[in-house]
Amino acid sequence: MVIEKDIWNYLKEVFDPEIPVLSIVDLGIVQKVSVTPESINISIIPTYTACPAMKRIEDDIIEYLKKKCNLDVKVELAYKPAWTTDFITDEGKQKLKDYGIAPPEEELEKTNLFQELVKVRCPKCNSKFTKLVSQFGSTACKAHYKCEKCLEPFDYFKCLK
Amino acid sequence: MNSLFEYLLRLGDDSLIIGHRLSEWCGHGPILEEDIALSNIALDFIGQSISIYEYASEIEDKGRTADDLAFLRFDREYKNLILLEQPNGDFGMTMMRQFLFDSYRKLLFESLINSCDDRISAISIKSLKETKYHLKHSSEWVIRLGDGTDESNKRIQDSLDTLWRYTAELFYEDDIDIELKSSKIIPPMKELKEAWYNNVKEIFSRATLTIPNNNWEYGEGRRGVHSEHLGYILAELQYMQRAYPGMEW
Ligand SMILES: [Zn+2]
Repeated sequence: MVIEKDIWNYLKEVFDPEIPVLSIVDLGIVQKVSVTPESINISIIPTYTACPAMKRIEDDIIEYLKKKCNLDVKVELAYKPAWTTDFITDEGKQKLKDYGIAPPEEELEKTNLFQELVKVRCPKCNSKFTKLVSQFGSTACKAHYKCEKCLEPFDYFKCLK
Repeated sequence: MNSLFEYLLRLGDDSLIIGHRLSEWCGHGPILEEDIALSNIALDFIGQSISIYEYASEIEDKGRTADDLAFLRFDREYKNLILLEQPNGDFGMTMMRQFLFDSYRKLLFESLINSCDDRISAISIKSLKETKYHLKHSSEWVIRLGDGTDESNKRIQDSLDTLWRYTAELFYEDDIDIELKSSKIIPPMKELKEAWYNNVKEIFSRATLTIPNNNWEYGEGRRGVHSEHLGYILAELQYMQRAYPGMEW
């Protein structure tokens, strides 16, 4: 019989469709796992309220766990706690960097206008000589940067708190 | 009439209608980065409206889903602020409308976090995080355009002159608000007004913009009476569900 610990391990093999190096456990969106002899119940929280990947993640969880455990799988979308980028595990942050996305860092309050809220390091060359191109990037969770040293454009997983 | 349901419609309709307006910029932004920014912000608002309508649907408990609420009501049943249905105009007009609303929304969510309604509090905690980004973005553009060239200053001052009259409605209160206020579900709106006014005044002074005189009190949107623009929005917003009832992606 499967136990909760097995399920958590399986969930490490379900990946974010937008950032396929990051599992949903790395991302910190799995809130609760419970197992009965007939079914598995998973509770996840959204990163951004409108994140279009949530439905896909739900389907992926159901498909993968059914295949692995042959039990009925239910996924519930919980409305709290509110996800913040602090929920991303350290391992997850390292994976982001290796993938070419600068991981979230502590930022100044957003009431500071016309100021860079954070000095983001280039995920390729580690230089601090980077420039914000746009606070709003290719997806809701990313800002667009460029490195002035190695000249690479890159995404920064912006700090959400 | 259920007051909480009615209030949730006001909150959700604000998000849906401004989200729809901003989405009209998709592919038309003045520069690529702003095109992406406006679409991102639009998506945040649509997301907010989903979580608010889902709760509204549970409260109403008549079998109407969040999608039914978004797509299958008539114009008089939408309770959004009239400000939000105003046309996009030029980029400055859109940024001005956004700034007036974001500065209000931030204060509102900061207060609603303390709501004794658990779900409203949770939705506000989540939405506030996104709203802070929106407000930074719109504040900076208002300052940049106001304190920019003669042309940009003139145009955004015109936008402020056009839109200011709709801001009285932000702090509209009727029996619904009074009832929810007394049960500590929502904050006293009038108390937010001063904080809002001080914030916009400070930004307008940095932007070298002048607040026009106005004493037009307007609160019709909250009662479902709209400007002519809402009908056109709904014609597009509801098209698929009206033409192909019940269709899904
Ligand atoms: Zn670099």
